[in-house]
Amino acid sequence: MRISRRKFFKISAVTGAVSIIGKSKSTSVARNFSGRPDRLGVLTDSTRCVGCRTCEAACNEINKLPKPKIPFEDQSVFEKERRADSTYYTYVNRYPHPDKKGKWIYRKVQCNHCDEPACASACLVAALKKKPEGPVVWNEKICIGCRYCMTACPFYVPAFEYSNPYSPDIVKCTMCYDTRVSKGGIPACVEACPMEAMTFGKRSELIKVARKRIMEHTDKYVDHIYGENEAGGTCWLYISGVPFEELGFPTDVGTKPYPELTKGFLTMVPAVLVIWPALLGGFYMFTKHREQLIEEEEKTPEKKEDRK
Amino acid sequence: MSDHTEYAERPNVLNSWIRERLFLGLSIKEYLKSLITPFNVVAGIIILVGLPFMVMRFTQGLVAVTHASQDQPWSLFLSWGLFTGVPLAASGFIMATAVHVFEMKDYYPLVRPAILIGFLGYFFAVVFLLFDLGRPWRLPYPMVVSYGTSSVLFLVGWHVALYLSTQFVEFCPAIFEWLGANRLRRWALKVTVGATIFGVILSTLHQSALGALFLLAPGKLHPLWYSEFIPVFFFISSIFAGISMVIVVSMVTKRVLKNRIAPHHAANYDRLTIGLGRAAAFVLLTYFCMKWIGVAHGNHWDLLNTSWGLWFLVEIFVFVLLPCFLFTTGVLNRNAGLIQFTAILTILGIAVNRFNVSLIALNWKLPHREFFHWKELIIAISIITIEILAYRWIVNRMPVYREHPEYKEVHF
Repeated sequence: MRISRRKFFKISAVTGAVSIIGKSKSTSVARNFSGRPDRLGVLTDSTRCVGCRTCEAACNEINKLPKPKIPFEDQSVFEKERRADSTYYTYVNRYPHPDKKGKWIYRKVQCNHCDEPACASACLVAALKKKPEGPVVWNEKICIGCRYCMTACPFYVPAFEYSNPYSPDIVKCTMCYDTRVSKGGIPACVEACPMEAMTFGKRSELIKVARKRIMEHTDKYVDHIYGENEAGGTCWLYISGVPFEELGFPTDVGTKPYPELTKGFLTMVPAVLVIWPALLGGFYMFTKHREQLIEEEEKTPEKKEDRK
Repeated sequence: MSDHTEYAERPNVLNSWIRERLFLGLSIKEYLKSLITPFNVVAGIIILVGLPFMVMRFTQGLVAVTHASQDQPWSLFLSWGLFTGVPLAASGFIMATAVHVFEMKDYYPLVRPAILIGFLGYFFAVVFLLFDLGRPWRLPYPMVVSYGTSSVLFLVGWHVALYLSTQFVEFCPAIFEWLGANRLRRWALKVTVGATIFGVILSTLHQSALGALFLLAPGKLHPLWYSEFIPVFFFISSIFAGISMVIVVSMVTKRVLKNRIAPHHAANYDRLTIGLGRAAAFVLLTYFCMKWIGVAHGNHWDLLNTSWGLWFLVEIFVFVLLPCFLFTTGVLNRNAGLIQFTAILTILGIAVNRFNVSLIALNWKLPHREFFHWKELIIAISIITIEILAYRWIVNRMPVYREHPEYKEVHF
């Protein structure tokens, strides 16, 4: 009993810590706190994108990724809708314009760097972290390869190096955090874009820029900034000339920050830690006492006869 | 035995000790000969077929044996090994609570089998996890290196580790009786109640946490399976899963390893099976109602009239309500055979539910989907075969289904 109690304290300390940390995090999330005001982000204007894939090439170079089978100049890559892969951080897909026949629209996909990332809240070793500057980055040194981040990410962003048996990485865009942004630079893809389809800056400023563009060209844009509230808000924002679902954007992600979804469950943990021992311990005492009474009765034969 | 003779006879003593403990009292030659049975040959072939694929997984990466999907990163190893394996291993905490906390002494003969099923279930869940993790050697990282305290999986990891240890402690009396270690055995018996209650806490939390993992996938998991109540569903269903496992495993053991079961226990099994069936029927009914509350809570009635809805109805009518009905019929007619059959159906139902949540209804909107690779299935079958052999090895040697002759008089 003593050992199990010691163990019990150990676990209650740990799980208690889970709940306390979880709690303090989520109260700061609730209503009032809307992220660090200075956090950075990118605004992608899909009306400007021409599908040249210069961004992909720049990303490939700066992150020293493997050379692709289909070269960046080759447009045949658009024949298939691409999805996340462990050989690139970003990719451009092509979609037919819903109204104008023969016209194409392009969408650049990469990590959206959520304000409150599902992946980071899912990671059991905290290998994925939201940097105060905005980017969500992955730590190679502690990742165990469970891939819960991939299940959790509403945007299907993180990829996994399945072909690597000894050090398979989680592969996703870092917003060039280590190579550029942490040193005051701007992400490689943003810099490389010849059409200025992407704007890098403070997220709060980018939202103003996006609003201004939408207001000044109401005929050109749909009245929505994707990422302003999606999944609780993301650092990567998009404006578009066609509804976002036409460009394959997930529209079922809601506006609630994902960590909120498991908050209720984690809050229940300390309750279970207290209720079960109280309840079951109590019942055990009942039954044990009853056993003792029965035993005593059996030991005193006169009483037994009396009862008969 | 005097000191003088002990020295002289030591090798023999050691030999006979090993012979008694490991080789079932046979000489090594006899023992090896006794191993050649049709069952062992088949099991051996299955493992031999699986072995090269296991080697492939660890030398060429997961891509060699799985579909390596970026959209659906979890497949058979986890859907079977973790999400189905863990609820089926709930037998340990249920039977231990019934007997040690609520003093339902009638069920005493089933406690050790239940704990053994539980312990092996968790142990092999970890084995499956080692196959699935990208860097399996980092398994202890969440305990010692870095704490992702906001993660439900962090809780699962800790609890599975602690519960595996707890179940080992709970099974220790059998091991110490087998080894003849009296003092250790007495020590292990003292912690029984504490370990049991600790086990209930851990089980409540991680059984439900396995469901809570999917709370982070509201856009990916089909609304009929996604629910705020999913942790409750997972916990409640683990109760009848565990009960059904006890029914099925004890039935099979009684048939196959007859001489390892104490005759006075074996005679009692039908009665106990009926009792377990009765409990399972009740829990199944609760679960069935709870599932409907889930549909009502999410207001997903319209989805029932789709092909996914049909599959959902199959799950809860064929694999929940039907077993509930059959268990009840079995109890009313005192028909242990029917209850045993129903327990198999219930186990199948648990697998259907866990596969639905973790694989089939997950990412249901994606146009191109693959569930799992046949090589994964081969590895899984090999691991299950090893699990069965491990179970048999233990039951053949340790007092699981019978009292050890030297400790017969002691009640615990």
